[in-house]
Amino acid sequence: MAGFKVIQPGIYSLLQDAGRFGWHSIGLTTGGPMDQQAFRWANKLCGNNDKSAVIEVTVGGLVLEAECHSSIALTGANMPLTINHKPVPLWQTQRVKPGDRIELGYANGGSRGYLAVAGGFQAETIFESLATVPRESLGGLHRDGQPLKAEDYLPCPQPDPKPPVLRIPDRWRPHHSGTAVLRVILGYQQDAFTEVQKQLFFSSEYSLSDSCDRMGYRLNGAPIAPAIGGILSEGICLGAIQVPADGQPIILLRDRQTIGGYPKLGSVLSLDLDRLAQLMPGDKLRFESISIEQAHNALLLNAQQCVSADLEQIHV
Amino acid sequence: MNHRKLDISIAGENSLIVYFGTQPDGLIAAQISQTADHLRQSLGNLLIDLVPSYASLLVIYDPLQTDHYFVRRAIRQASANLQESSAQAQGNLVSLPVYYSHESGPDLQQLADSARLSVDEVISIHQQTEYRVYAIGFAPGFGYLGEVDERIAAPRLATPRQKVPRGAVAIADRQTAVYPAQSPGGWNLIGLCPQPMFDPSATPSMPVQVGDRVRFQAIDREQYLALGGVL
Repeated sequence: MAGFKVIQPGIYSLLQDAGRFGWHSIGLTTGGPMDQQAFRWANKLCGNNDKSAVIEVTVGGLVLEAECHSSIALTGANMPLTINHKPVPLWQTQRVKPGDRIELGYANGGSRGYLAVAGGFQAETIFESLATVPRESLGGLHRDGQPLKAEDYLPCPQPDPKPPVLRIPDRWRPHHSGTAVLRVILGYQQDAFTEVQKQLFFSSEYSLSDSCDRMGYRLNGAPIAPAIGGILSEGICLGAIQVPADGQPIILLRDRQTIGGYPKLGSVLSLDLDRLAQLMPGDKLRFESISIEQAHNALLLNAQQCVSADLEQIHV
Repeated sequence: MNHRKLDISIAGENSLIVYFGTQPDGLIAAQISQTADHLRQSLGNLLIDLVPSYASLLVIYDPLQTDHYFVRRAIRQASANLQESSAQAQGNLVSLPVYYSHESGPDLQQLADSARLSVDEVISIHQQTEYRVYAIGFAPGFGYLGEVDERIAAPRLATPRQKVPRGAVAIADRQTAVYPAQSPGGWNLIGLCPQPMFDPSATPSMPVQVGDRVRFQAIDREQYLALGGVL
C-alpha cells in the first residue's frame, strides 16, 4: 500500500479522525481533533470527507518521507512547512512524490497543526474510530493509543495522479493572536453560582495555566465559588466549564473524562474551543454569555460556510 | 410506579442533562437505562451519544439536524413510556467471581480492623449485597457499584497507589468496583476478579452496563488461577 514513513515523530503527533462517538456509556471519551475547523480545512484541501484521518501535530517537529505520489495539506498553527527543504505555504494543497521529505518546523503562532493526505491516513479502527486517546490506550496506528514514533509507516490510498491544487482564502483562516473570547452557553449547575460570581466570571480576564492537555485546560484568574462543593457524578459534555474547590475554572476538551462530580457553570461553544486549542500557557482569554439559540445559529452558519466556501484553485 | 418529575437542563450547545432524582437508587438506575434505550430508538441518528450516571442522563444530539425543543419532547415521551413499564426494568443480574485474600486484597486487614470486624466478616458482607451499576467512567469499563453495606464502607486511601492491578476489587465509601485495567487508584483493595471487565476485542466489551445488578461470589486461589487470574 502507498504511504508515508515517519522519520521524526515531533513533540507529540497523534492520528485523529473526527472522533469516537456512541461509546460514552462504557466510559470511552471521544478524542478527535482539538481544532475541528483546521481539521476540516486540511481534509477539504485534499479532497477528503470531513471524517478522514489526519495527523494532529502539537508544537511541531514532524518529519515524513513520502513513498508514493499523493497530495498533502497543513492547516492550523503557523508551523513552517518545507518539502525537500524548500518552504511551501500552509492552507494549500501540496503535491508530493516518492522520496520527498516533508518537514514541519515549530509553531510560531498557534500550537496544533493538522496534516492531511489525499484519501486520509489508514489504520484499523477500534470502536469504529482510529482517534488516538493515549489516556485510554485506544486508537492510533497500532490501536494502542500511542503517539506516532520514528519508523512508523502510515498507509494511505493511491490517490488521483493530478489532484487539484486548492488554497483556503485568507478570510477563512484564523489569526493566532494569543488571545480569545470564548462564547459560553450557561447550563448545568449555573443556579449554584450567584449573579455576582457569574458577573465576575464574565468580566475577568483569565490566562491558560501550564496544566493544559487534551483532557482539559486549567485557567488562572479570578476564582469563582459555587454555593455547592460537589455533586453526584454526571455526564460531561464537550467544552464544559467545571469549577473545583480552588475556584479556577477547567474547560473540558476532546479527551475529557465522561463523568465527573465538580459543579459546572455551562459550556464553551465548540467553534471557540478551536481557538482555545491554539493558545499556549500564559495566553489570555475572556468569556461572553450567549443563548442556546445563538449557539445553534453560529453552528449552522459555520456549517453552511464550510460547505459553500469557494476554495481558490491554483493552476500548476 | 413512580411519578417524580424530570428536571431537564441545558448542558451545552448539543447536550441536555436529565435529572431523575437527587440520590441514586435501584429504581432511578433502571429508569435511566430504560430512558436511554428508548432515546436510542426514537432519536436514531439525531443522537450522538448518551452518558448515563448515578441519577442523571446526558443526552448529546446533533445540533445541525435538530434543536433542544425537539430533544426535550423526545425525553418527555421516553419518560412517559417509562412510567407505564418501570416495573419491568430490572437490568441483567451478573455474577462476578472474586478471590478475596491478603495476597489479592492488600487492604482487607486494615479495612476489617477499622470496621471492627473479622476479615471473614468483611468478605461475607461484601457478597451479601446485590449491587447496582450506577455509572461507568473514570476509565473505559470502570463501573461504579452501589451501595456498599455501611459496616464495610471505607474512605479512599490518603495516598493513592501508583499501580492498582487489573481485576482489583475495591471499596471507596459506599461504592465498590473492579478495576478494568492497571491504573493508579485510591480505593481499598479487597480481592481480585479474574473476569475481564473491559475487552475491546469482545462483543460486548463489558460484562455489565449501567442499570445492571451485580453479585460477587467468593472463589479460592486455585479457581482464580483456573479462570485465568494472574497473581
